[in-house]
Amino acid sequence: MQLALFWIFAAFTLAFGLGVVFFRSPVSSAMSLVMSFIGLAALFVTLDAFFIGVVQVLVYAGAVMVLFLFIIMLLDLRADQRRPVKLSAWAGAGIVVGGFLAILSQVVSSLPALQQTKPALANPAVNDVAQVGFALFRNFNLPFQVIGVLLLVSTIGVVVLSRRELK
Amino acid sequence: MPTLANYLIVSGGLFSIGLVGVLLRRNILIIFMGLELMLNAANLSLVAFSRFNLGQDGLPGYNAQVLVFFIITVAAAEVAVGLAIIVALYRMRQTTHVEDLDTLKF
Repeated sequence: MQLALFWIFAAFTLAFGLGVVFFRSPVSSAMSLVMSFIGLAALFVTLDAFFIGVVQVLVYAGAVMVLFLFIIMLLDLRADQRRPVKLSAWAGAGIVVGGFLAILSQVVSSLPALQQTKPALANPAVNDVAQVGFALFRNFNLPFQVIGVLLLVSTIGVVVLSRRELK
Repeated sequence: MPTLANYLIVSGGLFSIGLVGVLLRRNILIIFMGLELMLNAANLSLVAFSRFNLGQDGLPGYNAQVLVFFIITVAAAEVAVGLAIIVALYRMRQTTHVEDLDTLKF
């Protein structure tokens, strides 16, 4: 049952991921990316990472993709007029991606430690939001504050960048 | 039950799809979406490793999930700044096609 669900969600994520790359219209690509992120959130839930799954849907499928769609519609982009992709680009992408996948599958199949199934949790009813919160506020308090500063800086940066007269 | 290898294969596949998008597409917005896919593939392998390597208390390593949380935050900031740059670029050049943006090309 778990294995079937895993493969269904994995196929869902990868299929919509391919849609992002191969759809012509940017709006279709963006909607496809939303579906891919939702599939990925389901994969996080199969890993008992409920908090990350929820954040994935809220932040990525919600906020980030709304921003993407907003910009696509603001710029009023039409579907790409078909310009042929250079043969060298296809060859380069094929070599890089093929080499990466070949090495990955070789490493993954050669390590017996990776063939383990999921070990059972000591406490299956563990509250993972509370656990992530404890880790965040006890061990990672300083990075958490720094992330807040980063968000402030990026907000100011966006406002400066989108002023009318850019010097 | 899915094994750790299954999750790593899916994560690697998602990363490759993002990489293909970055290398083959010429629309700067689609290239940006490919980058997001690659970041998410990294997140998936982090969460998978944290779930499969339980700590001494028999719970997943939550440090990995905190790192994923930070990655999501930084990615959101990056998307906001990147899209602002794309909009500024579009105002000046009226294009989002990377082959039309060759001022710095040698």
